[in-house]
Amino acid sequence: MDSDLIGSTRMVAGALAAAALLGLAACSAGSSTSPPEGTPPPSGEGSDEALVLGLVAEPASLDFTTEDGAAIPQALLVNLYEGLVKLDQDGEIVPALSTEWDVSDDGRTYTFELVDNAEFTSGEPMTATDVVFSIERVQTDWTTSLAAAMDVVESVEADSPTRVVVTLSAPSNDWLYRMTTRIGAIFSEAGVDDLASTPIGTGPYQLDAWNRGDSIVLTRNDDYWGDAPHFAEVTLRYFDDPTALNSALLSGGIDVITTVQAPEALPQFDGNDDLQIIEGTTNGEVVLSFNHRSAPFQDIRVRQAIRLAIDHQSLIDTCWAGRGELIGSMVPPTDPWYEDLTALVPHDPNLAAQLLGEAEQTDLTLRLRVPTLPYAESCGQVVASQLEDVGITVALDTLEFPAQWLQQVFTDHDYDMSIVAHVEPRDVPAVFGNPEYYPGYDNAEVQDLLAEADAGTPDEQVTIMQEVARVLSEDAASDWLFLLPNLIVADADITGLPENGIGEAFDLTLLARG
Amino acid sequence: MLLRVLVRSGVFLASLIVSSVLVFWFLAGLPGDPARVALGVNATEEAVAALREEFGLNRPLVTQYVDWVGGMLAGDPGRSYVSKAQIGPQLADRLQVTLWLVGTATVIAVLIALPAGTLMAVRHGRLSGLLLAAMSQVGVAVPAFLAGILLVALFAVRLGWLPSGGWTPPVEDPLMFLQQLALPALALGLVQGAVLSRYVRSAVIDVLREDYLRTARAKGLTPFRALRRHGLRNAMVPVVTVLGLQLSTLLVGAVVVERVFVIPGVGNLLLSAVADRDLLLVQAVVMVLVVAVLVVTFVVDLLYAVIDPRLRRG
Repeated sequence: MDSDLIGSTRMVAGALAAAALLGLAACSAGSSTSPPEGTPPPSGEGSDEALVLGLVAEPASLDFTTEDGAAIPQALLVNLYEGLVKLDQDGEIVPALSTEWDVSDDGRTYTFELVDNAEFTSGEPMTATDVVFSIERVQTDWTTSLAAAMDVVESVEADSPTRVVVTLSAPSNDWLYRMTTRIGAIFSEAGVDDLASTPIGTGPYQLDAWNRGDSIVLTRNDDYWGDAPHFAEVTLRYFDDPTALNSALLSGGIDVITTVQAPEALPQFDGNDDLQIIEGTTNGEVVLSFNHRSAPFQDIRVRQAIRLAIDHQSLIDTCWAGRGELIGSMVPPTDPWYEDLTALVPHDPNLAAQLLGEAEQTDLTLRLRVPTLPYAESCGQVVASQLEDVGITVALDTLEFPAQWLQQVFTDHDYDMSIVAHVEPRDVPAVFGNPEYYPGYDNAEVQDLLAEADAGTPDEQVTIMQEVARVLSEDAASDWLFLLPNLIVADADITGLPENGIGEAFDLTLLARG
Repeated sequence: MLLRVLVRSGVFLASLIVSSVLVFWFLAGLPGDPARVALGVNATEEAVAALREEFGLNRPLVTQYVDWVGGMLAGDPGRSYVSKAQIGPQLADRLQVTLWLVGTATVIAVLIALPAGTLMAVRHGRLSGLLLAAMSQVGVAVPAFLAGILLVALFAVRLGWLPSGGWTPPVEDPLMFLQQLALPALALGLVQGAVLSRYVRSAVIDVLREDYLRTARAKGLTPFRALRRHGLRNAMVPVVTVLGLQLSTLLVGAVVVERVFVIPGVGNLLLSAVADRDLLLVQAVVMVLVVAVLVVTFVVDLLYAVIDPRLRRG
């Protein structure tokens, strides 16, 4: 343990610096081309323009305290709800509703200084009591398992209207990071009666209309305490059909496709000067999961053989149009502890067959049960055929997603292998640190390392998490087929679109029309 | 006539009861726990159990059925498991949208089918008749969603004349409403019109062979005038039947077309409700669709009597 590092007080950049950075970002965004007349000043004012985004999977409710799914925080976090802290485009934790924070020497007490001019769209000022209320409410009223990240909070107190002191039961690096996700959102004590359809936050946007089955319309919050975002109105239009989504962009019905659903359709946008294509990484690891409760998977040689049997590059070329990154473990390149581990598992069908022979599993039959999701269905067939090449018989079937897959694979564990993308940020502990989770991976070494990483200094966390990723890969805890790409197609003059999908939010405040 | 109405009403009521039982039990038996699906992957076991309790999913199916039918009869299908919103108003909103779509498509279908079908019959055996018949055959073979995709590719993406999808209520912006309605209504209407024109054609051909028509022709009427004066009314009996039957096809077509054109109608509501295992919502939507089909069948039955006086005695 490096006591010097733990002992040092970690102060974080103040609001001024952050505001300056934001101003710079908006500046460079606005001046990338010669600004036409009527272009707004770079910071603070905003324009009267409107933007229409095309997204998939409309949420059934706007309440992420009880409803699961990535669509709600994607639309509302940072834009409508703010936390004390948020992630910037580089994945750094930066101030939001706090101006700065101070961590005690033992890493257990966090003191947040709050901005003093934020108010909720209901008109009430945001004060320390709202922060206390919001944090405590995660522990008492939230029903999603993500709320467990708040269990480490022992107490939270309002020292003054602009100062909150949070005491953890043990030091936790992960806690501050989770405060950038939905569980860190600050609610008004008087504003949680109808979260499903009337969300009330402090953010730069507020809910104007929710046309169910069609769109969510956000309008700029004119009383916002910070810099006004560029667009006065942002419509999030939801599509279930990828062709309809593409047609809407090509016919001018929408300005941005936030996630291209069928990468094989990308060539139709190529060479179109009116459009830009952004290709980056996400947090979505496409995991070929092994059911560790199933007998064959208790033998590491079987797990390794499966990983060796798969030619990952040819797989991604065949089933996802070659888009996406190869990863050798459960860590995306945007995490601080990313290392390229793809070399750990080369494509070696001969070695795979040999390992299966040593494990006396030359007549192995495995059930691969994939959800009805595009990447899972198409990649499932490739996995099956590559495994058959080394002598494993694969019984492939598809389960309707979400209902049947959740029941049979996720809840009843009635499967040998499955394929699903884990899109939550920093999800190693959730997937491989919890033996109760659907893969049933129970490795004491990994669990101990995860606990150490959480309790250590940020530097130690990086080193230890690198080791965790390596152990998971060497132990063949699962196979990682590839990382889902961040594929955005948009009108060429839209600026501020995220290169990589990092946090849970789609940050609308960075967008502008140049 | 009265007896006919009474018998038909009895059949209508019996069909209603049987279909409500089928809809309820079949959907309740779908694999997948609705409470788990409603709350998602990250929901705790306690939350799932609490939701099951809240919505009475632990009660015997018979109790749930009786409650449900009672609610439906009172016009209150309950609250959605997923959004917790009242189903009634939501369903009413969506129904309006679908009615516009299906109604316009039906009008388009009839406007296409009557002239095209009659022309095919009168030109039967000649080249122009054959060409028309071939075209209608193509129309029959194309599913509505494909017609939709093709129309979008041409009129929205290539030519940029019409929006590729979306929906605006007519009171909000009538022009936008018509623009957005045009392509989906055409997609549905063209296909249905092609199917219907085949029936119009064969009905008219049958009528043309009748003695009374030959008599009319012998009196010096042209084929079209003879048809208009004496034949079309007779040809309409089978055509109205098919139009009634087609309403169920239209509703199914609407489900898919709404998906392609991103229209917030009943079809889209149904598909997302099924995916979310929002059981009460699915049951309410399916039941409303079943009732719609039964009502149309009932009305068509009565319409026969209006068109064909002979049936009034039956």
